[in-house]
Amino acid sequence: MTGIEEYFRHLAEEYPRWNFIWLYDEKQAGRILSGLFMTIRLSIACVILSVVLGVLGAWLQGARSRWVRAVVQGYIQFFRNTPPLVQLLFFYFALGQFTPSYSPDGWLEIPIISNVGWAIISLSFFAAAFNMEIFRAGIEAVPDATQEAAESLGMSRAQTYGYIVFPLALRVSIPALNNNLVNLVKTTTQAYAIAVPELLYESVSVWNDFPSAQYPTMLLLFVVYIGLVGILVLGMNGWERRMKIPGYGV
Amino acid sequence: MLKFFSGLAAAALLMSSTSAIAAECSNDTWKKIMERGKIVVGVKADYKPWGFRDTSGDIIGMEPDMARDVAETMGVELELMPVVSSNRMQFLEQGQIDLMIATMTDRPDRRAIVGIPGPAYYTSGTNIMSPKALGFTEWEDLRGKPVCGIQGAFYNQIVEDRYGVQIVAFGGTAEAKQALRDKKCVAYIYDDSAIGSDIASGNWDDFEMPLASEDDSPWGLAVPLAERNCLFGRFMSGMQYAWHSEGTLIELEKKWGVKPSGFLQKMHERMADHLASE
Repeated sequence: MTGIEEYFRHLAEEYPRWNFIWLYDEKQAGRILSGLFMTIRLSIACVILSVVLGVLGAWLQGARSRWVRAVVQGYIQFFRNTPPLVQLLFFYFALGQFTPSYSPDGWLEIPIISNVGWAIISLSFFAAAFNMEIFRAGIEAVPDATQEAAESLGMSRAQTYGYIVFPLALRVSIPALNNNLVNLVKTTTQAYAIAVPELLYESVSVWNDFPSAQYPTMLLLFVVYIGLVGILVLGMNGWERRMKIPGYGV
Repeated sequence: MLKFFSGLAAAALLMSSTSAIAAECSNDTWKKIMERGKIVVGVKADYKPWGFRDTSGDIIGMEPDMARDVAETMGVELELMPVVSSNRMQFLEQGQIDLMIATMTDRPDRRAIVGIPGPAYYTSGTNIMSPKALGFTEWEDLRGKPVCGIQGAFYNQIVEDRYGVQIVAFGGTAEAKQALRDKKCVAYIYDDSAIGSDIASGNWDDFEMPLASEDDSPWGLAVPLAERNCLFGRFMSGMQYAWHSEGTLIELEKKWGVKPSGFLQKMHERMADHLASE
C-alpha cells in the first residue's frame, strides 16, 4: 500500500464522514473509473450527434416544403418542451418494447438498442432541438443580401447553405452552442434513471454501500464535472478563435 | 492533487470536530418535536405492505402504523415523509425527519451515520423474484446474468462479489419490476418479505421466489446519531421492546398480510411479561 492509500485509510478511521474510499479500495476505484469512462463516452457521443442533428434540422427549417418545416417544428416543440428525464424513461420503457430484440436464453429479451443507446438517442435529440434553434438564430443573422449575392452567382440552395450561409451562421452560433453543449454534458447524469452506469450512478452506488463516503464522492462529482465541462469549453473557445474572420465582427 | 485532498481533509476535520466531541445529551430532536407538537417520520411509500400509498394518495402500511403509535405515545401530531433507500439516512442526518422507520437493514457502516436503537423490529433476507420458466434453483445460476434491483440496497455489492451477479440498479422498485416484466433482466432482487407479498398479491403469477434467502438481517429504525443513547434513542428502544412484548408487531403483521415471521414470534416469547404466565 502506498503512502497516499495509507493516509486516506487512516483519515477514514479518524473522521468517519470523510471516507475517500475510492482512493484506497481498488474495487471502489474501479467503479468510479468505469463510471467516469461511461460519462465521457456518453458526452462525446451526445455532443457529436446533437450538433450533426442540429445542423441538419436548421437546414431543413428553411426547406421549401411546408411539410418538412412542420415536421422539424413539431420535433423541436416536442423535445425542447418536455423534460429530458421523462423522455429518457419514456424512450427506454415505452419505446424500448417496440424495438427488435434477441433472446439468448429464452427469457431475456436484449433489445438492439441498450439503455446506453437510448440514453445517447434521447439526450442527443433533446440537445439537438436546442441546437437547431441556435443555428437558426445564426442563419437569420446572415444578411439576405449575402444570400442573394450567392444565388446571383448561380449557386444552388445547398451550395449557398454549405459554402456561404452556414459558415457565417456558425460563427454567430458558437457562444450559444457552447452553453447548450455544457448543459448536455451535465444532463448525461440523468441517464442514471435508466440504470446507465455513468459517473453519478456509480457514485451513488459507492455511497450507498459506504454511507461514510458520501461527502467525498459528491466532491469528486463536482471536481470531475468542472473538469469535463472545462475541457469542452476550452476546446470550443479554441475553435471559436480559429474560426474568427478578421473584419467579420461577432 | 494530494495537496488538494489534504486541504480538504483539514476542512473536514474542522467540520466534524463538533460531532466527535458531542458526548453528553442535548436531546435537541426530542425537544424540537415537543415544542413543535409534531413528529416527522420518514417512511417508505413504495414498499408494500410496509409503507405504500392507498388509492387516495395517503401513505399507509405497517411502518406508518408504528409511526402513529410513536406519535400517540409522545402525545404529538404525526407527519409522514416518504423517503427512499438512497436518501433516508441523509434526511435523518440533516433533520428533515426526526425518526426513520423505512425498512432499513441494520449495518455497521450505517450505525456510524445514524443512531439505531435496539432491539430490531423485524428481519428479512435477500431473495429474488424470477420467472418460473427459467427454473433457477441456486444463487450460482445467476452468475453473469443481469438482475434488476434498486439503488441503495446493501446486498447489491454482496451478490456481485459472491455470485458474480450483474446488478442493474434503478431508482425505485416500480422501475426495477417494470424492467423485469419487460424482460430486461432475469430476476428482481429484493427483500424476501416484500417479494413474498408481491407474489401473494396475484399480479406475479408466472413468477416465483425460488432461492434460499441469504443474509437474514435485522431491520432497525433510526434516530439522529447524537440521540442514540439519549432520551429519544432510549425511548425508541422502549417502544420496540413494548411492541415485541405486547405482540403489537405480530398483530400488525396480520393486519397488513405479511407472511408470519419466526423472528417476531421468538422475540414475543423472549420479551413476554414473565409474571403474567405465573
